[in-house]
Amino acid sequence: MKKNNFFTNMFSRQMRGRTTSFLIVIIAYAVLQTMIGTGSLTRLFTSLLVPICAYIVAAIGLNMNVGFSGELNLGQAGFMAVGGFTAAIVSGMLATAVPNEILRLFIAIICGSAMSALFGLLISIPVLKLQGDYLAIVTLAFGQILMSVVTNLYVGVDAAGLHFSFVTNNITLGEGGTMLISGPMGATGISKISTFTAGIVLILVSLLIVYHLIYSKEGRAIQACRDNRIAAETVGINVSRTKTLAFVVSACLAGAAGALYVLNYTSVVATKFDFNTSILILVYVVLGGLGNMTGTIVATTLLVALPEMLRFLSTYRMLIYAIVLIVMMLVTNNEKLKTMLQKMKNKSNKNKEETAE
Amino acid sequence: MTETKTPVLEIKDLGIDFGGLTAVNDLNMQVYPGEIYGLIGPNGAGKTTVFNMLTKVYQPTRGTITLDGQDMAKLNPVEANKAGVARTFQNIRLFSNMTVLDNVKIGLHNSVNYSTMTAILRLPKYRTEERKADEEAMELLKLFGLDDKAAMSAGNLPYGAQRRLEIARALATHPKLLLLDEPAAGMNPQETQELMDMIRTVRDHFKIAILLIEHDMKLVMGICDRITVLNYGMLLAQGVPAEIKANPEVIKAYIGE
Repeated sequence: MKKNNFFTNMFSRQMRGRTTSFLIVIIAYAVLQTMIGTGSLTRLFTSLLVPICAYIVAAIGLNMNVGFSGELNLGQAGFMAVGGFTAAIVSGMLATAVPNEILRLFIAIICGSAMSALFGLLISIPVLKLQGDYLAIVTLAFGQILMSVVTNLYVGVDAAGLHFSFVTNNITLGEGGTMLISGPMGATGISKISTFTAGIVLILVSLLIVYHLIYSKEGRAIQACRDNRIAAETVGINVSRTKTLAFVVSACLAGAAGALYVLNYTSVVATKFDFNTSILILVYVVLGGLGNMTGTIVATTLLVALPEMLRFLSTYRMLIYAIVLIVMMLVTNNEKLKTMLQKMKNKSNKNKEETAE
Repeated sequence: MTETKTPVLEIKDLGIDFGGLTAVNDLNMQVYPGEIYGLIGPNGAGKTTVFNMLTKVYQPTRGTITLDGQDMAKLNPVEANKAGVARTFQNIRLFSNMTVLDNVKIGLHNSVNYSTMTAILRLPKYRTEERKADEEAMELLKLFGLDDKAAMSAGNLPYGAQRRLEIARALATHPKLLLLDEPAAGMNPQETQELMDMIRTVRDHFKIAILLIEHDMKLVMGICDRITVLNYGMLLAQGVPAEIKANPEVIKAYIGE
């Protein structure tokens, strides 16, 4: 009897965090959809919905790597670029073959995340030989490299198929051909097929993947390697394989996020996915809480929306944004505040007990 | 007494150099199934180095290690564990941010049998395998009196309980040979007594060989079937506790002349 109780307790503990995340996303979706329906959302905010979804997915992926695997990755935006531009190419190629936009978006996101996962796997080979600060610096470099590669890439499509060119554009397209990616100009002529609903579905799928992975033997192994690498080895866990898995899943989700992001615009330049974007995603993860998916979702939403909502402050906008960031960091890491909250909690519990008596 | 059986662990002419320094040299010993074997010696004698060679954290410079007939020369630490060597550490190395139950379940990592895809898709196999792991882990925790603390985070356990959890985690990997590195360090006499009983229980329950490093002479003389004494990386004496106690070389190494 006691045993059964114990298992249900453990199970519900797992479930609670998960249920909260899913509920928040679904409720937010329901509320926002009705607001869009009644037209009470400003155009500015409506245009932010898909990017917010994309950043949330990228942040969930990064939290997998930083929160659970314990490796600082400063190249998440690079993986978004790879996924996004792959998706732009795929979507451009299939424009006539697959007229159904939802299906085309689905295929593009799958291809984007697969390509990003492949790059993640290749990059993890040299990167995961390093630890700590060195690993962070090298992921930063790889993020920049991925972005630069995409910036110098020319891709065109015509009846004969895809044409690639690097650094200089020497593609001559046949009749009816279009350029999909034209170097520094970025991806041009994309058909906007990302929708808010698709974004929400992608968030839910990412949450499902991450939660299911964490509460499995591989997830336990990932956390074990973070907590104590040597002990993990001596209980028979292959540390490099485990770290690679976390890194690839993280890259894969970033790729999906990039695909969703790029297909939301008619043209996107690769420099959008630079070092600053990587850092921003990291900020969302850190402020949301390492290993805390619900926190990541909330922090990302607030911090993506904030600069836009502060637009009325014009030149002071980024100053206020920075101050808000600093205050949030101070507040969430404040020991005094934490003990105060704990005391209040204890007090209210005591009061409850007293009234119960 | 167990001389007729084949040894579970056989060490022949084992040695390791770090640069010009010879840390361990010419070590020979055999551990038989069901035996509790003590490895003692003054500080810096090379005891933990021997453990690190047995778990393949260090690659020996000379000699061979044979575990249950298998040559361990080409194994890495992960393969050494799969071959049947599990250990605890002198300075406790738990996964302190994870629950007590999860710590043991990590020990079961290689016996839980489902793929990553099965986990992500939550196929029925995931559920049955996880349940099996939960049950086995709880059984182990019960044996070590930790079953009521299963949901606690391992870092919050009291010191003695952390040491017990480390042994439980090592046993979860189904070893043939269990290495305990100073299991009684930091324990009071009563806790040490309990630990001794527990080590015997582990041996009888799992029918495995236990090799332990310890400074607490009461514990070593009390539970070990045989003892090897190391000094400056060299074998100083080998035998049953009574012989070791009476050996003038051993007394000299420990107390001085």
